[in-house]
Amino acid sequence: MANVHAESLRMPEWEGGVLPYSVGHKKLGMWLFIVSDALTFSALLFGYSYLRVSTPNWPTPFHLWPSIAFSTLMTFCLLSSSLTMVLGVNAAQRNDRAGTIKWILLTIAGGVTFMGLHLKEWSNLFQEGITLVSNPWGVPQFGATFFGITGLHMFHVFTGVLYLAGMAIGVSRGRYGAEHVEVCGLYWHFVDLVWMFVFPLIYLLSVKMH
Amino acid sequence: MSDTSHAHQVHAAPTGFIRKYVFSLDHKIIGIQYYFLALIAVFLGMALSLIFRLRLAWPAEHWPMLAKIFPAGFEGGPMTPEFYLSMLTMHGTIMVFFVLTTAPQSGFGNYVLPIQVGAHDMAFPVLNMLSFWVTFVSMVVMVAALFVEGGAPISGWTAYAPLSALGQVAGPGQGLGQTLWIVSIAIFCLASLLGALNFITTVLNMRAKGMSLMRMPLTVWTWFTTAILALLSFPVLLAGGILLLFDRIGGTSFFIPAGLVVSDKVIQHAGGSPILWQHLFWFFGHPEVYIAILPGMGVTSQLLSTFARKPIYGYRAMVYAVFAIGLLGFFVWGHHMFLSGLSPMSALVFSMLTLTIGVPSAVKTFNWLGTLWGGKIRFTSPMLYAIGFVSLFVSGGITGIFLGQTSVDIPLHDTYFPVGHFHLIMGVAAIFGIFGGTAYWFPKMFGRMMNETLGKIHFWLTFIGVNAIFMPMHTMGIMGQPRRYAQSTEFLYLAGVQGYQVVITWAAILTAAAQLIFLVNLFWSLFKGRKASDNPWEATTLEWSIPSPPPHDNFGGKIPVVHHGPYEYGVPGAPRDFVMQADPPLKLGKA
Repeated sequence: MANVHAESLRMPEWEGGVLPYSVGHKKLGMWLFIVSDALTFSALLFGYSYLRVSTPNWPTPFHLWPSIAFSTLMTFCLLSSSLTMVLGVNAAQRNDRAGTIKWILLTIAGGVTFMGLHLKEWSNLFQEGITLVSNPWGVPQFGATFFGITGLHMFHVFTGVLYLAGMAIGVSRGRYGAEHVEVCGLYWHFVDLVWMFVFPLIYLLSVKMH
Repeated sequence: MSDTSHAHQVHAAPTGFIRKYVFSLDHKIIGIQYYFLALIAVFLGMALSLIFRLRLAWPAEHWPMLAKIFPAGFEGGPMTPEFYLSMLTMHGTIMVFFVLTTAPQSGFGNYVLPIQVGAHDMAFPVLNMLSFWVTFVSMVVMVAALFVEGGAPISGWTAYAPLSALGQVAGPGQGLGQTLWIVSIAIFCLASLLGALNFITTVLNMRAKGMSLMRMPLTVWTWFTTAILALLSFPVLLAGGILLLFDRIGGTSFFIPAGLVVSDKVIQHAGGSPILWQHLFWFFGHPEVYIAILPGMGVTSQLLSTFARKPIYGYRAMVYAVFAIGLLGFFVWGHHMFLSGLSPMSALVFSMLTLTIGVPSAVKTFNWLGTLWGGKIRFTSPMLYAIGFVSLFVSGGITGIFLGQTSVDIPLHDTYFPVGHFHLIMGVAAIFGIFGGTAYWFPKMFGRMMNETLGKIHFWLTFIGVNAIFMPMHTMGIMGQPRRYAQSTEFLYLAGVQGYQVVITWAAILTAAAQLIFLVNLFWSLFKGRKASDNPWEATTLEWSIPSPPPHDNFGGKIPVVHHGPYEYGVPGAPRDFVMQADPPLKLGKA
């Protein structure tokens, strides 16, 4: 038993209050949330792959125009909004309040454009007869997975836009600092990253081959 | 960094009743709220189990009193099979989610973890409060399912599709009842996420000076690991739940295959896969088993060491074993699906990984026995519960090795054998962890001791009772008694089993009655118990170095400095037989 005690004496002292990896509570919490949310999307994409692989004659209906052109433009908007977000965080770290707000507003603009294009794209598909429960090819899982996954992603973009708007207001009133903007940016980048999985798996793998 | 200064900001003690006891930000109040929520849930879940046990023992009997409460469940006299199934479903669901997930982790974890790591509160007090109230809403929605048109769902706590996905056509409880079930579980997933964020962040970021990882009590390690499991498994259940809701409300068919005919109706769905639901559910469901049992393991380790007056045997091995169990738990979900047509190759892999979990589990068991070996054991009531945990963990765990092998699992899977297995290990063993934790931390939480005599009587009655309930189920399973059948008296080959059903039901009634002793002890001690000192068990961890009950910010403004490991009992040269974590360093020169 003396050894047990001796061993505990040999341990390096843990200096309380020093945050490991210098990550504050909020940022760590956001990272953990992202890990958890990523698993929700992984499960949905797993379900999509599972159904797609097990269904013969899975339709590949997307033409270059309009679906792929639209979704590529949407991808461009979302990726650009990640860039403006980075610039926003950078401005916040330089205590440039006006710059921070400007870049956050541009990020919001990217997100809103994405949602607008996406809704237009959805309505195009509705006109082609592709809905949540049916489509011309008789493979209902196609529409179900498509609208299920893109719908949940759009919900994330929507909450992200609200989060950014709250952030812009908070920064303008001086309530939120660089750390807050950075944590908000983490969420926004995550939403973009999810799209980088959704875009190839849902759209590019469903391009009509001639 | 601006947040570093936030880390040590203490929120002020609230004054009004509502801020202090209802929407409290104090982790201690929130822990107690969770504990009492689970207490209500456990008695509700137990009552439901007694109702369906009545049907199993005496299938033709009339129950006028019950028929008054649930008229739809007793149409034509005896309990209907659908009502039996709905009781079974709600019993399982309430016990797994609102008792086994709630009490050990959210209840004790919330109360004790911040104190044991030397923090004044959790990292996110507001999220902590939200997580309790979201859990509360989830439970209200779940209980509501009992009383809606058509009654509670009948698809079991696993909500297997397509039964759960079809809606009203699949049975009386499969309408609104099943929808409420899914909504409740989805809400619970959110609450669990909020809790997990808090636990992980608090452990990583808020330990006091000197509280290095390898000085954390094993309870903290198990709560931490459980939080990681919850963080990674509940989101997958959430995804599954969303898809299931789509199937029921949106008309999709993720989980509904083509060509189903249910209740003489052709189902207009096609192309889905019920097996997909099983994958998503069990990817959550298996880690969930460890979410239920790991905190109990932590409490047991803490208690055995304290009352054997010895350091825990193999502290590091215990920590690694907890992590190994948590990690392996994510790769074995297929062993719940051996009957689903899984390819024999994947079944083999799942089987081998499952058996591997036996290794860290055995490490823990032998270390517990090693801790007891040669100890100066104090047989207090918390110690009895902890020893009971080890016993139940072994008798429930051994049969897990049986069931992990495909060749044994295939004949036994849908019998009473797994029912006996999982009740002993994740049900009753985990409950003994809760009993042990209650008896051990009650003095700290409420400043009074629980009654030892009542505790010991309760322990023995419960320990004998649960063995009388669940041990015969293994035999029944081997005799071929299928699970989830409301009645099996028509089967000739099961003629010998009916007697077991009657014995088990009587054992269940008596064991349930014994729980009243616990309840009486709890509430009597709350008001009349002997006043507790700061450290009535002569234990070493930080919660015992502060007053009982602790002040609002736990340490009265000064965060302690930790100089010792968590279980330093019987240190040679020390002034007494235990050295508390916050005691000053010993001068070992003489030793």
